[in-house]
Amino acid sequence: MTTDPSAADRAGAPGAFDVVVVGAGVVGAAIARDLAGHRLSVALVEARDDVGDGTSKANTAILHTGFDAKPGTLESRLVRRGYELLSGYAAETGIPVERVGALLVAWTDEELDALPGLRDKAAENGCTRCEIVSADEVYRQVPDLGPGALGGLTVPDESIICTWTTTLALATDARARGARVLLGHRVTGVTEGPDATVLHTTRGDVAGRWIVNAAGLGADVLDRMLGYDRFTVTPRRGELFVYDKLARPLVDRIVLPVPSSRGKGVLVSPTIYGNVMLGPTAEDLDDRTATGTSEDGFAFLLDKGRKLMPKLLEEEVTATYAGLRAAIDRGDYLIEADADRRYLLVGGIRSTGLTAGMAIAEHVHGLLAGAGLALEPRADLPAPPRMPNIGEAFTRPYQDADLIARDPEYGRVVCFCERVTAGEIRDALASPLPPAGLDGLRRRTRAMNGRCQGFFCGAEVAARLAAGAPPCASAGRPAAETKEDAR
Amino acid sequence: MTATSVLRPDVVVVGGGPAGLTAAAALAGRADVLVLDRERATGGIPRHSDHTGYGLRDLRRVMTGPAYARRLTDRALRAGAALHTEATVTGWTGERTLAVTSPRGRYEVEAKAVVLATGARERPRPARLVPGDRPAGVYTTGQLQNLVHLHHGSPGTRAVVVGGELVSWSAVVTLREAGCATVLLTTEHPSPESYAAFNAAGRTVLGVPVATRTRVVRVVGKGRVSGVEVEDTATGRRRTVDCDCVVFTGDWIPDHELARSAGLAMDAGTRGPLVDTALRTSRPGVFAAGNLLHPVDTADIAALDGRFVADRVLDHLAGGGAADPRGVPLVADAPLRWVAPGLLRPGDPAPPRGRLLLWTDELVRVPRVVLTQDGRELSHRTLPWPASPGRVFRVPWSVVRRVRPGGGPVHVGLA
Ligand SMILES: Cc1cc2nc3c(=O)[nH]c(=O)nc-3n(C[C@H](O)[C@H](O)[C@H](O)COP(=O)(O)OP(=O)(O)OC[C@H]3O[C@@H](n4cnc5c(N)ncnc54)[C@H](O)[C@@H]3O)c2cc1C
Ligand SMILES: Cc1cc2nc3c(=O)[nH]c(=O)nc-3n(C[C@H](O)[C@H](O)[C@H](O)COP(=O)(O)OP(=O)(O)OC[C@H]3O[C@@H](n4cnc5c(N)ncnc54)[C@H](O)[C@@H]3O)c2cc1C
Repeated sequence: MTTDPSAADRAGAPGAFDVVVVGAGVVGAAIARDLAGHRLSVALVEARDDVGDGTSKANTAILHTGFDAKPGTLESRLVRRGYELLSGYAAETGIPVERVGALLVAWTDEELDALPGLRDKAAENGCTRCEIVSADEVYRQVPDLGPGALGGLTVPDESIICTWTTTLALATDARARGARVLLGHRVTGVTEGPDATVLHTTRGDVAGRWIVNAAGLGADVLDRMLGYDRFTVTPRRGELFVYDKLARPLVDRIVLPVPSSRGKGVLVSPTIYGNVMLGPTAEDLDDRTATGTSEDGFAFLLDKGRKLMPKLLEEEVTATYAGLRAAIDRGDYLIEADADRRYLLVGGIRSTGLTAGMAIAEHVHGLLAGAGLALEPRADLPAPPRMPNIGEAFTRPYQDADLIARDPEYGRVVCFCERVTAGEIRDALASPLPPAGLDGLRRRTRAMNGRCQGFFCGAEVAARLAAGAPPCASAGRPAAETKEDAR
Repeated sequence: MTATSVLRPDVVVVGGGPAGLTAAAALAGRADVLVLDRERATGGIPRHSDHTGYGLRDLRRVMTGPAYARRLTDRALRAGAALHTEATVTGWTGERTLAVTSPRGRYEVEAKAVVLATGARERPRPARLVPGDRPAGVYTTGQLQNLVHLHHGSPGTRAVVVGGELVSWSAVVTLREAGCATVLLTTEHPSPESYAAFNAAGRTVLGVPVATRTRVVRVVGKGRVSGVEVEDTATGRRRTVDCDCVVFTGDWIPDHELARSAGLAMDAGTRGPLVDTALRTSRPGVFAAGNLLHPVDTADIAALDGRFVADRVLDHLAGGGAADPRGVPLVADAPLRWVAPGLLRPGDPAPPRGRLLLWTDELVRVPRVVLTQDGRELSHRTLPWPASPGRVFRVPWSVVRRVRPGGGPVHVGLA
């Protein structure tokens, strides 16, 4: 929807959007949502068939307090701000968050010596509630931790969140506010005009007066298409194991190692879906599509896991996956606007982008305004979407007697391991941003994500996906709206 | 929230597979029985295992899986058992009270006795830690048979089947029916695990090349499987086999979630609940039967567990059948992986069919079974059938002799 369709025309670029955001990861979706809250026409252009299908789908899904960020950096500021913004937005939209807290554990004397410095840094970053604790206290808090811990630092506000619902909520919101979500549009070339920049995509041209590059792992490539030469993305692979829900009693909080120059290290954490996660590894690669897992990665994780929590390794692994961090050759986010060319780059959002996404959007907003984009808030904004809950700690449809009484489809369990009902699958298929395939459906509902990985339900879920949204389903309405009505 | 309704049968059976249905059929008429199954129809795994080979020992005739599933369902219904389908047990709200979700509502079932008969599943690829890409076209036999037999879908055209168990051949047959060639069957063992006769048939009649001492080290393919990398474990040589689907077969794990979430004592070997020879779990009034206890034996064996457990449940309902606390654990020594049941109590009956069930990780052609307790040999017996990996090794109960109640664990090993 173009709130002021003539704006682009007046600028001499008929059909151009006021702003085109490239990349529908958490960062791009947050930016598009923010901009679409103004009297602007906005497009969100994404190469893949679904939103949140890049790095935003495969991370450790921690809502960071930013306690260990380098004070004074843009990253530290935006992570802190993002934590606040996303916590609030999650409460509004129903993105599941659990404030489980973290315990950072020192295993060597050097690490133990580093704890006071980390606590002071945390305080500088605004985390004043962190405390250094003894080894005894470490084992009291996490009794199943492997032997050898020397002490720890508590980080009470570290939280876990659903990364899939986050991107989906932001993109759904952006769309409800009128942004055009153009999926399957890979930008392959650029032509700059006096008033607008034309992006050549695999599904035709998309023109924008302003271009925001939030292309994650592809941000440097797009930046070069526009003639810049300022940075290179190095995909840094992180592999992870997700353990069975039966392991969940072993781990009730995030257990972190002392961070090093190589990154945040291997952690053990509950997941928002009630599992336990071990990972990630950190390995620099050349191939930006190398999201496969590796023998070396698995061996490394097993070795780490054996030391961290031997009991965890007795449990079954439910899933393994890998994500690619968009690492760049500098220690901070690279966010720069070029007013003359009406272009803004968001680069190097390496390992904190899920948390910082909404704050990045706010920052981008400021930079664009400063560069001359008129940002006039709209008064007629739709309410943010209510997202279906797929978090384990909150009531899910299969548990909701009233809901089932009103709509039996919420009592028809299709995926037994994750207890996903026919009603939820139906809603996902009828939602404004429906899944493009099985993986998208998994991210929206958890179907097939459980311990049997489809032994029982795989064929049934695939059949429901193939059948698509029933014609009687409230097509075009957000899934949650439907559910809310039914509640 | 509406007040949840509560049903109060004498006995609730969780799982309407061969074990649960047979238990229900034997109990009905003598007690008020309710079977809960999460699937649309009862019958368990045989429902979608559309080939012959079911019913030999319990019904004394051989039939296809779906026919067997229907037969057991009819028998339970005719005997007077109540069957709830699409009824998923999601947890416990009391010692013998279960929470259930179904399209008819969310409800509770509070019973005097509970029989857990939730079966077993194959370990999927992630649980086997096979790295590589995450393309479509990766199945377990269960998913494959669901796809082909219940949904008439197409799995692919060229398959690699991982595992040489009985169920692996079942996968080959299903693939062939679906028009998909099995280009390779791999097993890590020196010889395929399942019955020799079946293997010969597999190799010649089905024309399937078998790679022994071979493990899958990587799945390759973006979007869709394009191949798997396999390693010859003797030489370390690796090669990539072109295929568009891969089926991970066997490598069973009990569906033990309800048992574990109840906090029942678990058997480290089978990974099912620990039971004595009366199939009692560690919680009074909670029993278990079928492949939940022995992952996995054939369906008829599971069914006969069900028939056996019915009498133990009736004892319990009549106020008898209390467990003697002087139980002695029965533990399997390598190469045996597990033994079921895992607890011997004075005064208890012989286990179902008068057999101990064991699982071996190595082929032993002429197995000599030895039982020891506190370093003392209790008995030994040389059996005329081999102990083969990939299928249950059954040992007559009569080897269990001279066990000292209150003594140390009884070890069962192969010499
Ligand atoms: C292992 C791992 C663990 C992590 N853990 C955490 C954590 O716990 N907490 C946290 O806050 N952060 C974490 N992160 C970081 C976080 O996941 C990322 O910072 C965040 O997802 C980045 O979002 P994005 O939108 O920038 O990138 P992406 O999600 O990758 O989105 C970029 C999008 O741009 C699209 N695109 C690229 N090129 C083009 C083109 N030419 N045309 C059109 N579209 C294009 C891509 O398809 C992609 O969808 C972790 C990352 C990894 C890898
Ligand atoms: C591919 C394949 C081929 C086979 N071929 C043969 C053969 O030819 N001959 C043969 O004898 N055997 C064969 N078997 C083995 C046979 O299927 C099993 O031995 C038998 O099904 C075990 O019975 P069961 O009752 O223990 O468990 P299952 O058959 O697994 O039944 C368990 C039931 O419990 C239900 N359930 C589980 N959890 C819950 C819950 N929380 N709430 C509600 N319900 C629940 C499930 O839906 C299921 O219906 C084959 C197995 C496979 C996989």
